[in-house]
Amino acid sequence: MTTYAYYPGCSLETMAASYHVSATEVARRLGIDLVEIEDWNCCGATAYSQVDELLAQVLCARNLALVEQSGRTDVVAPCSACFKNLSFANLHMQDDGDLLEHMNYALDADGLAYSGSVRVHHLMGMLVDEVGIDAIRARVTKPQEGLRVAVYYGCQLVRPHRPGQGMQDVEDPRFFEDLMEAIGADVVPFPHRLRCCGGSLIVTSRKAALAMLHELLRSAGESGADLIVTACPLCQVNLELYQAEVNREFGAEFKMPVVYFTQLMGLALGASPKQVGIGSEIVKAGSVLACRGAATP
Amino acid sequence: MTTTLHFDQEVMNLLHAAGGEPLSTCIQCAMCSASCPAAPFMDDSPRRLIALINADLRDQVLASNTFWTCASCFACTERCPRGIDPAQLMYALRRYSIWKGVHREDLVGPDFSRRFVRTILRNGKSYEPGYAPAFIWEGGFPGMVREVQGALRLLRKGRLPLIPSRIKDLDGFRRMIGRIIPLEGFE
Ligand code: SF4
Ligand code: SF4
Repeated sequence: MTTYAYYPGCSLETMAASYHVSATEVARRLGIDLVEIEDWNCCGATAYSQVDELLAQVLCARNLALVEQSGRTDVVAPCSACFKNLSFANLHMQDDGDLLEHMNYALDADGLAYSGSVRVHHLMGMLVDEVGIDAIRARVTKPQEGLRVAVYYGCQLVRPHRPGQGMQDVEDPRFFEDLMEAIGADVVPFPHRLRCCGGSLIVTSRKAALAMLHELLRSAGESGADLIVTACPLCQVNLELYQAEVNREFGAEFKMPVVYFTQLMGLALGASPKQVGIGSEIVKAGSVLACRGAATP
Repeated sequence: MTTTLHFDQEVMNLLHAAGGEPLSTCIQCAMCSASCPAAPFMDDSPRRLIALINADLRDQVLASNTFWTCASCFACTERCPRGIDPAQLMYALRRYSIWKGVHREDLVGPDFSRRFVRTILRNGKSYEPGYAPAFIWEGGFPGMVREVQGALRLLRKGRLPLIPSRIKDLDGFRRMIGRIIPLEGFE
């Protein structure tokens, strides 16, 4: 069994509990042990770097130090925003000795230290790169045949690019589609797959965010998708919770379920809908999954 | 002897840590604006904001809603042919305007950021209901009703916590933060 340190992040404790449940289920079925970091703290989301850069940095440094202290070398984050924050904070400390020293001065007040040794993965990156698409395909017992999915990357899964990430994977990535095809789903062309969901603009600039969400939902709807599949709690909540408001604002009638990729993977690997947290959506996914035969036991 | 920095130099200093090429190398090609999904809602497009900075028009820049209307999607940063990082520029301007207290009063962003930070300094984790009041403002009473409806939908599905989650080692955590910024400012 391969073991990774696991950083769930704040939204997976609450709004995105179904992501947590399904991620754990998928990992278990693939023989991967995700060990939650003991006493992790918030990664700073997007609001921190608006207030203070070093503050944003030290929040991530503490989590990475906790990983190092536990003797592990690799940490996995399912939330794209957490992933981006942790991986860039890590890179900055690895590149800049002064910054690392400054962070260690602060960490020391909490009885911690960080040397820069940890590798940060997005959950999807870990599954694709370390487990491998073929190995995943080989474990599928319930292919999601006939389920038409709009694969939604959003932003931080691929942007800003990290060292070693090819331009192809920034401007025209395929790994998410490949993963969904490996579990038997029918990936529809979704032109807006890399376009932003508005992120925290839903709080700070509602009009802009609703317009951006409207565009995405329209694009997904026109592509003939049964549902949108995502790898980020913020995207999921924006697209799902504010769908009713988009409908009101734009006179639309979207009823587009938005699920996590791990929920579909879990089903394909033989888990029950309940085991992957199906049922906690606001726009119900159960009927789409069931009528396609995808979720039936 | 003191020297007064031009605004564009001040902004450059803010961006020092972020990397990216100096704003003075901008060729005004508007690739950033064309890539920006939020541009229709900005007072000034990202390209224009950079032109204003390079022209040292501080007050005009700070009066703009542009940097608070950025979604941090990094599309501009990936596409700029000169290697400029407009997304980090937007963050830098937010910090600058919060520090200097010169942000516009009608924007939700500054208050939201401060509240969010306060929540985390108190708990070590973020807690959605704790900063909900910040975003109820914008829509007035109908907006508040909508927010409450949304919150109830989440609550019914068990997706909103009733008590904030806290880290265990809050004392150590706060000592650590205290070595980065003075905590008093946020309490
Ligand atoms: S894309 Fe780069 S060079 Fe072109 S206008 Fe924007 S910042 Fe300037
Ligand atoms: S990062 Fe901000 S400015 Fe740049 S394209 Fe995205 S929303 Fe526009």
